[in-house]
Amino acid sequence: MTAPLNISRRTFIKATALAVGGLVIAFSIPTAKRFLMPGAGSDNAKTPEGKLPEPNAFLRIGTDNTITVMLAHSEMGQSIWTTLPMLIAEELDADWSKIKVEHAAAAPAYLHTAYGIQITGGSSTTWSEFDRYRQAGALTRSLLVAAAAEKLGVSVDSLKTENGFVISGDNKVSYGELAEIATKLETPKAVVLKDPKDWKVIGKATKRLDGPEKINGTAVFGQDVHFDGLMTAMVARSPVFGGSVKSFDDRAAKQVKGVRNIVQVPTGVAVIADHYWAAKQGRDALQVEWDLGVNASLDSTAMLAEYKALATKPGLVATTLGDTQTTLPKAIKSIEAEYVLPYLAHSPMEPLNCAVRIEKDACEIWTGTQMQTTDQQAAAKILGLKPEQVKIHTLFLGGGFGRRANPAADFVSEAVQVAKAAGVPVKTVWSREDDVRGGYYRPMYVHKANIGLSANGAPVAWQHVTVGQSIMLGTPFEAFMIKNGVDATSVEGVADSPYLKEIPNYHVSLHTVKATIPVVWWRSVGHSHSAFVMESLVDELANAAEQDPLAYRQALLKNHPRHLAALNLAAEKAEWDKPLPKGVFRGIAVHESFGSFVAQVAEVSVAEGVAKVHRMVCAIDCGLAVNPDSLKAQMESSISFGLGAAMQSEITFKEGQVQQSNFHDYLVMRMKDMPKVEVHIVQSTEKMGGVGEPGLPPVAPAVTNAIFSATGKRIRQLPIGNQLA
Amino acid sequence: MISLNVNGKEAQLDVTDDMPILWALRDVMHLTGTKFGCGMAQCGACTVHLDGQAIRSCVTPVSAAVGKKITTIEDAQNDQIGQAVQAAWSEVDVVQCGYCQSGQIMAATALLSQNKKPTDAQIDTAMSGNICRCGTYPRIRAAIHVAATKLA
Repeated sequence: MTAPLNISRRTFIKATALAVGGLVIAFSIPTAKRFLMPGAGSDNAKTPEGKLPEPNAFLRIGTDNTITVMLAHSEMGQSIWTTLPMLIAEELDADWSKIKVEHAAAAPAYLHTAYGIQITGGSSTTWSEFDRYRQAGALTRSLLVAAAAEKLGVSVDSLKTENGFVISGDNKVSYGELAEIATKLETPKAVVLKDPKDWKVIGKATKRLDGPEKINGTAVFGQDVHFDGLMTAMVARSPVFGGSVKSFDDRAAKQVKGVRNIVQVPTGVAVIADHYWAAKQGRDALQVEWDLGVNASLDSTAMLAEYKALATKPGLVATTLGDTQTTLPKAIKSIEAEYVLPYLAHSPMEPLNCAVRIEKDACEIWTGTQMQTTDQQAAAKILGLKPEQVKIHTLFLGGGFGRRANPAADFVSEAVQVAKAAGVPVKTVWSREDDVRGGYYRPMYVHKANIGLSANGAPVAWQHVTVGQSIMLGTPFEAFMIKNGVDATSVEGVADSPYLKEIPNYHVSLHTVKATIPVVWWRSVGHSHSAFVMESLVDELANAAEQDPLAYRQALLKNHPRHLAALNLAAEKAEWDKPLPKGVFRGIAVHESFGSFVAQVAEVSVAEGVAKVHRMVCAIDCGLAVNPDSLKAQMESSISFGLGAAMQSEITFKEGQVQQSNFHDYLVMRMKDMPKVEVHIVQSTEKMGGVGEPGLPPVAPAVTNAIFSATGKRIRQLPIGNQLA
Repeated sequence: MISLNVNGKEAQLDVTDDMPILWALRDVMHLTGTKFGCGMAQCGACTVHLDGQAIRSCVTPVSAAVGKKITTIEDAQNDQIGQAVQAAWSEVDVVQCGYCQSGQIMAATALLSQNKKPTDAQIDTAMSGNICRCGTYPRIRAAIHVAATKLA
């Protein structure tokens, strides 16, 4: 057994009776190690009276034996609805069939254990909750065993637990029967967590608990929220970011059957109607004259030319060592390359939506959000309420990918403004066009690198300039994430590259462009562009050195065992050394992000100017794989998401307006283009990393490196589009 | 008033003739299993059956359904093929965010009702109108094969 885990003196736990019978385990950990936002997480320990702030339940045991797990994070496809209950079930020896799951409220008890706000992002849920949820399970088990000892008049030591029962010889008592007694017992000061060798749940492929309701159509997403009196609104927004309403004529719109009201809000003009169809028709009939503002002539082609010009000069230094200025000209061989990546929309399948009901001194919000804290604060500010007066009901998210974790709380704030102006409960819904054109994109980036090689082909000097917008500038996270003018998320994957650590001279710098296009994190954040650039450049170096791309990486990564383990496993499973069918070529890439190490081998053919990806072999070292099947699903997911973007997706601007609008021109992965995917997990006891995002960064470079192998053409701009034509 | 037959039941709806079936189902009848994704027949999230054929309900007006039978995800379990598809979805553990899956299941059910043993290429053709941003495509392919085998 492992040593007892002492409950930190700053961890507050309480077992209380449930109003309808049963046991509630409440918890609060105020010791977030770092806070993304100033002030966040500082008051989630105890109220001045020494009580836990409400709500705070992590686990409820009903007298009917149901075990309800409260999720401090949002389910958006990543399977946290199953993974977190697995942690509790493991320590509790629960009956898996009795587990129910609910999203927790927005409340201090549920702040991220590392980030200090309530957020689902950064591929961090499993590792950040690994201790807290196991503790909740272990504590509850300890209480139930003590309750059984009291009920049966036996010693605690004589009891064991299994599948939802406390067992005493031939007697067994269900957890539900013990719940009431347990509420009267003192909470233990320490619990012992299971030794990993005794795990029965953790590490086992486990089916999703949200599977059945998502298969039969009963799962409730934000879009599905309905109650009597709830109206539907659509907002006419400026066609140019930063524009505002000059005037509007709503006479025709008011004639549409089902349109009930038209109100102006800070973001535009809202049409309030009985249902979506009336709201849409009403909005179509609305005449709005816009003041288009400073972005009226915005043009992404012109912006790109500016970015490229900036990239020829160093920016603010992110990291540097040695002297690239004098070593670069002396290199035996050198590479100069410019890489370009576009703006990207997240386009989750569920367009944005948010339902709001405002009452005196209270507000209720129903939505799929990845960041309850900022949403709650934004709503409170608009309404002049305290954050705790804003109740957020988190529904299933029909995809997030970062779009629903908005530091500006854009879609929630707007919905609150609409409900406030309308004076009735309103669900504000976005059309697909609103979603594609609504901003908060992955920024466009240009990278320029000058790299010198030694006689043996190894890089000796690496100069790297990145140009793009900062996703953190102007957000509450700015102070934490931007240091000396450098947004860490703009240079991640470059400044901390393992390759640089093997090079005596490097200089990495950043130009942050002050554009006013709304941007935000997009699945894998900075790694979504940096990995493409770094893994393409390393491939270029291997080619310049006339070395095998795998062997070249292995040599450079010799001091990075986790990169190497993933790389070697992917290469082995892809049979890197064996020939492929005629016309099919391989490319490889490896990248670390969010604490996990992923390597991928792409098998690609190019015919008639079109690249076809046949197979992706993926290997990951994320430390412990709590649910290996959901890990595999996340790799499949990241490969699909990354491949669609690499092949076809881009957001462009002309005359101030977004040129794409729906899935016919904002192109994403479809079934016909989806390759076979194989996922292999490195058996690892290293530190746990994430799995929601790390599968994405290597996708594009693995594919474009294969295209180079097939055609000799180096793809330096995404999307690949028709560059092979 | 317009009369629709949805999942075997007649319903009288006070809606305009041009209202897409999707919004009649979702916002008037509160059958929210059928999803809105694009509004222009580009993503397949809204797929339902009209007399057994898969259609995109976001662009099909209610007037086109008069005298015909609409079947939605809520009734898929009452169809032998629908049931097999749902069981296969569960066996393969297809879903992630789940938002597109009603449409995927209705499209797969329509495919298997017309082609009892589709190849990968036939699946790709039949299912490429249904977008899944979570990338459950490999599992959808696998699940359709599982369902086909069970139904054989």
